[in-house]
Amino acid sequence: MRTVVLAVVAGAALAGAAASARADQHAQQISRGKVVFDHWCVVCHGSGPYMAGTQQLRVNYGSKEPALLSRRTDLTPAFVKAMVRLGYGIMPRFRKTEVSDADLAAVAAYLSRNNPAYKRAK
Amino acid sequence: MTLPPGVSAAQFQQAVGRMQAVVGSDWVMTDALDIWTYRDAYTPYYGDPAGEYIPSGAVAPTEVSQVQQIVRIANEFKIPLWPIATGRNLGYGGSAPRLSGTMVLDLKRMNRVLEVDEHRCHALVEPGVSYFDFYRYLREHQLKVWLDCADPGWGSLIGNALDHGVGHGPFRDHFGSICGLEVVLPNGELLRTGAGAIPGNKAWTTFPYGTGPHIAPMFGQGAFGIVTKAGFHLIPEPEAARSYHISVPRHDDVHPFLDRMAELVAGGTLNQSWQIGSPLQSSPNARVRAALERSDGGPSAELDQLAHELNLPYWSTRIYLHGAPNVIDAQWQYIQRRLSGITGVSFKDGNSYRFPQDYDKVRDGDDGDIFARAACDIPNMSIYGMGAGGANVPTTGPRGRQPHGIVFFSPVITMSGAELLRAQQVLRAAYRKVGMPARAGAAGGWAWFRCTLVLLQVYPISGDAQQNAKLRSDVSTVARFCADHGIGEYRAHPVWMDDVMAANSFNHHALLHYLETLKDAVDPNGIMAPGHYGIWPKRMRGESFT
Repeated sequence: MRTVVLAVVAGAALAGAAASARADQHAQQISRGKVVFDHWCVVCHGSGPYMAGTQQLRVNYGSKEPALLSRRTDLTPAFVKAMVRLGYGIMPRFRKTEVSDADLAAVAAYLSRNNPAYKRAK
Repeated sequence: MTLPPGVSAAQFQQAVGRMQAVVGSDWVMTDALDIWTYRDAYTPYYGDPAGEYIPSGAVAPTEVSQVQQIVRIANEFKIPLWPIATGRNLGYGGSAPRLSGTMVLDLKRMNRVLEVDEHRCHALVEPGVSYFDFYRYLREHQLKVWLDCADPGWGSLIGNALDHGVGHGPFRDHFGSICGLEVVLPNGELLRTGAGAIPGNKAWTTFPYGTGPHIAPMFGQGAFGIVTKAGFHLIPEPEAARSYHISVPRHDDVHPFLDRMAELVAGGTLNQSWQIGSPLQSSPNARVRAALERSDGGPSAELDQLAHELNLPYWSTRIYLHGAPNVIDAQWQYIQRRLSGITGVSFKDGNSYRFPQDYDKVRDGDDGDIFARAACDIPNMSIYGMGAGGANVPTTGPRGRQPHGIVFFSPVITMSGAELLRAQQVLRAAYRKVGMPARAGAAGGWAWFRCTLVLLQVYPISGDAQQNAKLRSDVSTVARFCADHGIGEYRAHPVWMDDVMAANSFNHHALLHYLETLKDAVDPNGIMAPGHYGIWPKRMRGESFT
């Protein structure tokens, strides 16, 4: 019985450590994602005059979603990755020589960080 | 999979394997999603993928020696290469090659700033360095020089300059500020132009010519080699930059106005980009638009009357002057004195900035100037914000949605009132011929290349394949019509490069024949950028590549 309890407690501690490591990794990925976003994306998706991305999203979504990408709560990693690699309308496609797959995953984590379904590391 | 012409799938795979051994398997890209990122995001073939120019793949080296090895492999397997720097030449073809099946040579990973000398004011960079990258480097290292960026800051210093691109800052003509190239030739050999041909010559990026024929221009808008390094002349960071508005009231004022402005450009007083526009011609007023649709563009007396009623000047411009504040004061006094002979000319102060303290204060839209940051050498993306979500960009769908891109057609004329009015008439007639609104020919002009004006035309890409087919045919007709009237372009989209080269018909197309003779000698296997500006390798000449 004690062995079982110890095993369960040890298992829970390991799972907790693993979850904590995943959370740290996720936080680091979000942090990296913000760096990449500020380098590549904020020039059209930031706030201020003549921001092509922010202006167009204001037209597309009206009051349904914030025009600023970084404030959206509905973005998913898959959607972000698709938009960056496929482009849309005036927004062109971004290549691996510009935004690597790893950096793309980081941007996707950053932009989906406010989506309740993606808040925690999976 | 779009194979290079005349290359089998097995041969292509073999070549891919050899290239992977050079750059690593991650950096030879042939799957459909990777190829998508190298297609022209603003293709005039939208809706017609069978007609679009589609690469066979992309290869991305990091070193000059890798570029050389890739070129040798390309020769062995007869795989055409299309070098791109940042591949953001949107409106002029983006990253896509002219010939489907060409392999894109993506130089973005070669992105080092190699040297910046803030006293002699020159720099040496690799192709992957964008205006954003260079600006960040200058600010991080607190270097007091200006670089002159293009409208969108994501372009490459080298890529933009090699396509004869332009900026709003003091250089305007970017190719004109190049000094010294390192080039990988179509046979894989490495060459340095000008003074760089002397090993260890420290004047490589200050003295442009060396001795003997100056060949650096061959690598701009050409099909003769891959530039792996370029020197650029810069200017010292000025203490100040200020803008001023100038306007003249009447149609016929354009003659003395452009004559005086040309003298000021040639004399060095006006040393930054400016644009002549017409507030009257841009007016949405129905009577103005009706007059502009007429075959003669409306008689000047009638338009002058309309300008008077609407209280609009006929012609206007905004200029920037940069330098020491007291020098700017003197230049502005001189400019006003030179223009004062035009009755009714008016002058107004615009923006005023001091450097380095104002880099973070300049805002696009200051004094209504969307190009304020570009004029102060600060890279940005505001030109895309000009129409996004707004009323200025023609839409092709509901709810103000954007078009699927834009393309440019860029006639260039000498800077005179007579030529501007003649060119407007030619464009009006050309547009009438193809069924576009004639008033679209009422273009202003950009003063980018000494005493000339570029009458930049912008057309949207539709979501409808048939509309785009008509656009492709229409622009071809307009380009040839302009050529028949002695008007050419400064730059072209691949879809119209053959039309633009066909305009060079002096003495039975002597220029193209000469270029083809050189092409056959230096690129016998025809692997270097086939079709770029209408220069095709011998094995592809006479065939139709649509």
